Amino acid sequence: MKHLSLKQAIAEFITDGQTLAMEGFTHLIPFAAAHEIIRQGRKDLTLIRMTPDIIYDQLIGMGCVSRMVFSWGGNPGVGSLHRLRDAVERQWPLPIELDERSHAAMAAAYQAGASGLPFAMLAGFVGSDLPSVNQNIRHIQCPFTGQRLAAVPALAPDVSIIHAHLADKAGNVLLRGITGVQKEVALAAREVIVTVEDVVDELNAPQNSVILPSWVISAVARVPGGAHPSYVHGVYDRDNAFYRDWDTISRDRDSFRAWIQEYVLDTVDHAGYLARLGAAS
Amino acid sequence: MSNPEYTRDEMMTIAASRLMWNGCVCFVGIGLPSAAANLARLTHAPGIVLIYESGTIGAKPSVLPLSIGDQDLAETAECLVSIPEIFTYWLQAGRVDVGFLGAAQIDRYGNLNTTVIGDYHAPKVRLPGAGGAPEIAAHAKETFIMLRQSPRSFVDKMDFITSAGYIGDRVARRKAGARGDGPQKVITDLGVLRPDPLTGELTLTGLFEGVCVDDVKAATGWPLAVTESLEHIAPPTEEELNALRQLHARTAEAHKRARQLPY
Repeated sequence: MKHLSLKQAIAEFITDGQTLAMEGFTHLIPFAAAHEIIRQGRKDLTLIRMTPDIIYDQLIGMGCVSRMVFSWGGNPGVGSLHRLRDAVERQWPLPIELDERSHAAMAAAYQAGASGLPFAMLAGFVGSDLPSVNQNIRHIQCPFTGQRLAAVPALAPDVSIIHAHLADKAGNVLLRGITGVQKEVALAAREVIVTVEDVVDELNAPQNSVILPSWVISAVARVPGGAHPSYVHGVYDRDNAFYRDWDTISRDRDSFRAWIQEYVLDTVDHAGYLARLGAAS
Repeated sequence: MSNPEYTRDEMMTIAASRLMWNGCVCFVGIGLPSAAANLARLTHAPGIVLIYESGTIGAKPSVLPLSIGDQDLAETAECLVSIPEIFTYWLQAGRVDVGFLGAAQIDRYGNLNTTVIGDYHAPKVRLPGAGGAPEIAAHAKETFIMLRQSPRSFVDKMDFITSAGYIGDRVARRKAGARGDGPQKVITDLGVLRPDPLTGELTLTGLFEGVCVDDVKAATGWPLAVTESLEHIAPPTEEELNALRQLHARTAEAHKRARQLPY
């Protein structure tokens, strides 16, 4: 584990063509890291995430992505992800290959990855057409009862990125609230980058909090506000208005590009992004 | 509509809320189902257990959540578990009474499409996808579905089955390995449909005030079966309407806040 700036961490660990998972279920979405990937212009990524959300809409619209493994691709509570739809329906800016599963199958596949297993099984996809369009959903028989079960390959990303509340100086990481699949996605990956709100001397974590020990983490980067427009439980709220505004910003290719140019490409880092958003509002 | 004092969406939400019961364990989706389940909690079923797929069990949100993982859900939940856990120990193991879903399209066997309109590989419209629905539809003891009724949403032939109802009939559902009983109630903005006890085909069983059978038939993409003992569903009571409107007003107030940056 090393403490790096986010710029250094992305430069060191993220390369073109990688398989990358960035998780956080509504809560703790690592937006700052995605913006830095856009700034550094990574290409041909396979992105894994249960709910692509605005974070992957931005990466897809900027042409960073060639393939995506996912289970629900909408703007939560608002509607469509327009950049994802444009890529699927009209191949803009690039065609995108989809490996589409369900939430239960994604969660199970991360667990398999974290457990060193080659595949995950679940009583899933009953009567669904998804297995007929996705070769990565197959069926096996229980060797004891004969029950038919769905199987999906394990998810074991080259790199996983998550956002957390705190790290200590040694690099142990604490997250709380809705912790989603973050523990699994971290332990399933070869390298793990964690952005945190702050670095402190002592975590003072209650027993049974979700703690990732420093020795499973590759790099920690301190990025206050790094989950915006998502939220950090007890620290700042979800920016629901931004999620609604994204529907207008992203609907049109030019307004999307203009927004990314102004708030991501023309800012040096996440502090710059937040300052510019603050000045605009 | 004969009574202009409430909307069809309000009637739909209230009718759905009446179908919930105290102590019911309900796995609930965002949107109309979340509104109906919370209305039940605020009126006749204070002991309803709301589970959202973000891992919040026994949530009692003060306003309707915009996303399925809002902070309010986590703060008010009886317990908070990880996502692998919510889908295995709680859903897959059969601990959920009612899976409460929405959809873009439904067919006569209660199969749901939330994936694509058109061909999967060259879709006319790419919809968000499955989320938790295929396994909720399979494992909840029963499924309730809410969607507004029109020939575009109640279709004769669906382009894609995301989540199974009775597939082709009740036998097909059983053979496919579904644990739960499938779609027991479909609540629309016109009335309520229930599956035929033998075939599973959705049948009109209840009408809202001011709606006639022909209205519902015209809004359905297949020749709709109608039960002989059609129920005329009572209009909203004052208590129900007040509770629903207050919930929506609190929600609108909470969600209209301007953009907020960290710190």
